[in-house]
Order: sequence, then structure tokens, then C-alpha cells
Amino acid sequence: MDTKRLEDIANKKMTRRDALKLAGVGGIGLLVGAGGMGAIMQPKSTPTNTATSTGTGAVNGIVPFYGKHQSGIITPMQDFICMGAFDLTATDIADVRKLFQSWTAASARMTEGKGVGDESDNPHLPPEDTGESIGLDPMRMTITFGLGASFFDNRFGLSSKRPAPLVDMPHFNSDDIRKEWEGGDIVVQVCANDPQVAFHAIRNLARIARGKAVLRWVQDGFQRTNASDPAGSTPRNLMGFKDGSNNPKVSDPAVADEIVWAQSSDDPSWMAGGSYMVMRRIRMRIEIWDRSSLDDQESTFGRHRQSGAPLGKTGEFDDLELHRKDSDGNLIVPSTSHVALANMEGKVKILRRGYSYSSGMDPKTGQLDAGLLFVCFNRDPRKQFIPMQQKLAAADQLNEYITHVGSGLFACLPGASEGGYIGDTLF
Amino acid sequence: MSSKKWVYPLSAVVLGSSLMLSACGNAETAKTETKPEAAQPAQPAASNATAPAATNAPDLQASIDNYQKWVIEQTDLLVKATEEFTNAVKAGDMEKAKQLYAPARAYYEKIEPIAESLGDFDPWIDAREGDVPDNEWRGYHKLEKALWETKSVADQGPVADQLLQDVKQLRVKVESVEIDVKMLVTGAVELLNEVSTSKVTGEEERYSRTDMYDFAANVEGANEIFKVLKSSVEAKDAALATEIETRFKALDDEIAPHRKGDGYVLYNEIKEDQVKKLSQALDALAEPLSKMGTIVGG
Repeated sequence: MDTKRLEDIANKKMTRRDALKLAGVGGIGLLVGAGGMGAIMQPKSTPTNTATSTGTGAVNGIVPFYGKHQSGIITPMQDFICMGAFDLTATDIADVRKLFQSWTAASARMTEGKGVGDESDNPHLPPEDTGESIGLDPMRMTITFGLGASFFDNRFGLSSKRPAPLVDMPHFNSDDIRKEWEGGDIVVQVCANDPQVAFHAIRNLARIARGKAVLRWVQDGFQRTNASDPAGSTPRNLMGFKDGSNNPKVSDPAVADEIVWAQSSDDPSWMAGGSYMVMRRIRMRIEIWDRSSLDDQESTFGRHRQSGAPLGKTGEFDDLELHRKDSDGNLIVPSTSHVALANMEGKVKILRRGYSYSSGMDPKTGQLDAGLLFVCFNRDPRKQFIPMQQKLAAADQLNEYITHVGSGLFACLPGASEGGYIGDTLF
Repeated sequence: MSSKKWVYPLSAVVLGSSLMLSACGNAETAKTETKPEAAQPAQPAASNATAPAATNAPDLQASIDNYQKWVIEQTDLLVKATEEFTNAVKAGDMEKAKQLYAPARAYYEKIEPIAESLGDFDPWIDAREGDVPDNEWRGYHKLEKALWETKSVADQGPVADQLLQDVKQLRVKVESVEIDVKMLVTGAVELLNEVSTSKVTGEEERYSRTDMYDFAANVEGANEIFKVLKSSVEAKDAALATEIETRFKALDDEIAPHRKGDGYVLYNEIKEDQVKKLSQALDALAEPLSKMGTIVGG
């Protein structure tokens, strides 16, 4: 590594690049650290969920929908995501309640690999379920619901219930958030080990919502599949770097309680067992990245590309030791590298659960429209995501190669028990 | 109208709205598979109509008779309005013809599923350029192009005569059309699917930009059918009837801002986000409307 040059870069005004990795915002994956999580997530009665070496359970099995927490949060990441935000057109809280009751029932069925409802034998009716998942396994699908700040405006008399952590997302340096990729009254995150299974869920939920809620945005995403990497090593983002090496080990309930789950002692109490989800649609300037030298790329992330090891080290999970200096007294891991900034002195952590996305071509430029559908969960974004992103937005070398074009903050409701429905602690 | 509609079996058209989110693949397939049959529009409807469950209950029969009367009235109005329109074309009065064009066509749009069940009327009266081979193209949209695009109707006399003759023949046929419940159930949804596939996108009236007239007329046609079936739907599923009524109202609320005088604003004056709202209100209606089949057997 040419440390002299690294120093030059570091001393320049904050270029942006370097973000995606580490426990940082903009990071892509989380898989690592997921090993062992399978154990606590396995349904007692689901034989297909025998843990594999990756700890993610059988790739085609069932993740139970009902429980203290919603699934799809500390659940080990599936291979695909289909995420959609909805705006309510219903004006009556009773209709909203009905919608969540219908969604809950349909979701519980779909995660078990069933259609949304029992089919009628009347041939003159459209089928109850749209059918594209007939005969397919459950594929560890999870469906996770969250509420945006706009849910708590004056329409449903719930403005006094708005959780304090559900703030209006601040503007971060160099944000270029597009209206069509921002916010939403409700977010639905569907993850599964099969893209058709995931799409089927979001499609049927949108169909059920007709007349009560309309889609605001939809984004699907992917990572390398279990089939191509059965060992389940840390996934790489579209910049070619391993991403998620430092994700917190939420298989430890104490860690999950500290970092992810809103506690009953937190305000409001109806969110206890829930979590706050941040969505950022981060466009990567792929063409620019591809013509950057390996040195530039590695100093941007603060890690070696091939091994994922911190600069100057050999193992992916070696300690960062950010204060290491070379013989000239320069930091080996630049202070403006993504890994250095996102580390937050080891004091602030979030659970990242993002996926790569590819949405074809930008018709204006002819360039690829690809990047990261960044998703993270935290107990209080005011203390976790937001300060972290403020730091990254201000200084991260990675910012030179990425643009945040979409954004959302959602209060992911506590889980529902059978007979209840998602949202029943609130409305 | 899109050429697709002549080739979709009615039952496939019903499914169309629920496929909208994602079904380009399906739509393409349906289009390709059925292309060669473009000349047999009413076949699937006819076969549906002969299915066993088609006997109408007596009180329903009275409603259907009323609906048929309404269809005949609309067709009378279509003939009258088309005559005034084609007279203006033949007289070379472009301005008058342009004014009469959209309101005259609207009568056709209201009864379109019935017209489609009666043979080739839809391609004759309502084909857009490219829907049929150029040398077979005739009807309203051919005159639309002459009026708004080529801006000359000097050689359009025979087209005008043919159009009038076609709508008059349609008027004769609607007298004896046999309407059953299934036809109505599928027809109502088909009318809304028409809106989804071509009116919402502004593809229907590519030269005159009067799509909103067609939009409103299709919705009115669907509402007329619902009125006929309403008591039957209520008897079977009262909540469904209420929901459909509410959604008709919600859609009408989205249409209302685009009314202007006796007609509608041009489609290119409607903003993108308003188009989206229209489209979403339409889907919100078409979904429960597609469940009216619950009154037919099962």
C-alpha cells in the first residue's frame, strides 16, 4: 500500500468514497455474524430448518411469521428482497386496522408456502391468490411491516402516538433524495431465498390493499445466493468488496436487545419488541469506481479487496487497530476510509441488512442504475444511524462513488401472536 | 382501442386488472398467442354464454331487460351523434367535426363490451392505426387522424359513410343481442380494463388527446352494469356491493377535477401524479368489481 498517497488523499478535503463497509452506514451485507443465529430463529416444529454450516437454516424452510418480534430483522439474511412502501388512501382507522388484519393473515399463510386464501370453486371469480408461487417451497420468506412518520399525521388521530425515535430524517451532506424514492406511510420488506416467492408476496399484499393503500415505491434486491456460496462467507457488494464483516452478533439476545430491539423502558411502550428500520437507496457510480486503481479502492474502504482484511492485515476478522501507523508515521487505515469512520470508535452499532440492486440502465446517461438497497435496524436512530451517517456523509471517501437517492425511516412494529395482528399494540 | 381486446377471451380480460402490477410477460404472451384469431372477436364470449350456469333469475332478467333498453338508447344516440359528426366531415367543416368527435364516440365507449360481442364492430368502428392492416383501417380513429394530424378531410367522405353505416348496423344488432349475467360481470370489468390499458396511458386518442371522454364513458358503462347487478350482489355479499359503490364514488372524485364545460380537459393537460391517482382509483374499483362473479354459481 502506498501510504504516502493515502496520506495525501486523507489530507485533501473530504472526498467521498469509502462507505459501504464495516459496521457503517451504506454497508451492504450482514451475513457474517449470522452464523448461529439460525439456532434462535428456528421454529420448534419446522423440521426443514435444520441449521447448516452457515447457520441460516435450510434454504427452503419456514421462518415463523408470528412471534414476539417480527421476522426479517435479526433473521439471517435471505438471498433476495422485494421491498415496497405504501401510502394509505383509507381515511378511517377502522379500514387501516382491517388492512393490517388481512395483511397479517395473508402473510402468515404465505410464509408457510400457502396461497393468500382458500380458493373458491366458483370459476366465475378471479382466483384468490395470483398463483405464481403454487408448488414452491416457503424459501424462508419473511414479511416485515413498518410505519413511516407520515402514518402519524392528523389523518387517523394517532399523531400523539408518534414515537420520538421516528424523527424526520435529517438532510445529510450530498444527499440527492428523489421524491419517488422517499418515505411512505407503510413499508413492507419481503425477503426470501427465491425472487419469485418474494415478488408473489408483495404483489398479493398490494392486491389486498387496493382501495385502502397504494404503492409508493418498490425496489427489489439480491445478494449472492446460497447455491453459489454454500459456505456463507461475507457477501460482496457491487464494488467488489466484502461487506458486513463487522455486523453485530445479534444471535446473542443481549446484543440484539442493546442494538436492535426497542425496549419496554423505551418510549413508546407499544413499540417494545419492535425496531426502527432505515432504508437508503444508494446509487453507485459504478463506471467511475471501475476505473479507480486498486490502491484507491482499498484505501476508500480501508480493507483489502481480496481477503476483506483491514489494510496491513491478513484476516477478514482481524482487529481493525485503526491507530496503526507505518514507518513514516502515517495511519495505515486512512481516517477517512469507510471502515475507519463507520467504526464510530466501536461505540455505535447498527444491524445492517442491505441488498444490492440493479434497476437496468439510466436512460439519460446510458450507465447502469445499480447500487445498494441499504437497510438497517436500530433501537434508536437518533443515537445510532443518524450520527453515524452524519459522520460518513461529511468525510467518507466512498462518497465520491455513491449518491443517496432514496430514504425512509420506519417504525417496525412488534411481532404479533397468532390471533392478533401486526399493529395491534397501536391501533 | 387496443387490438388486444379483440383477441382476449373475455375471461382473460377480467384477470387483466389483477395482473397489472407485473404482468407484462403475461400480456405479451396473450397477445402473441392470440394474434391470428383477431378476426374472431366474440368467440370466447359466445362460448362463455352457453355455459350451463347462465340461466337468469326472473328479477335479474327484468334488470337485464332494462340494461338492454339502456344499451339501445345509447346506440340510438351513437347513431345520431355519428351522423352529425360524419356530416361535418363530409361538409369539410373541420372545426365542427373536431367538436363533435369525442362526445359522439363516448356513446360507443359506454356499450363497448356489447358491441364486441356482436362481431367485428370494434375493429370497424374503433381500431387505432396499426391495430389492423392499413388497407383495412376505418372508423373513428381514421377520421381522428385526418382531423388532427393530416388536417385534411377532403378524401375522407367514404370513411365517414362507412362509419355511419357501421354504427347503424350495430344499432340493428343490439336489438336482438342476448345478454346474460356472465356477460355483464365480465363486461363491467372489461370496460375498466380498457381504461387501464389504453386510456390511462393516453394511447387511445393519440391525435385528439380526448382520452378523458373515453375514460369517463367506459366508467359510466361499467357503473350502468353494476346498477343492474347491484341487488343480486347485495343479496350475496352486501359488503362487496357497498365497497364497489364507495370505489365508484372515489373514482368519480378523481375524474371530477378534469371536467370542463360539458366535456373534459385534454389528456396532455392532466399532470403525471393525477394520472397515477386516476389509475390507482381505477384499480381500487376494478378489484372488488371483479368479484361480482360471486353471483354467478360457484
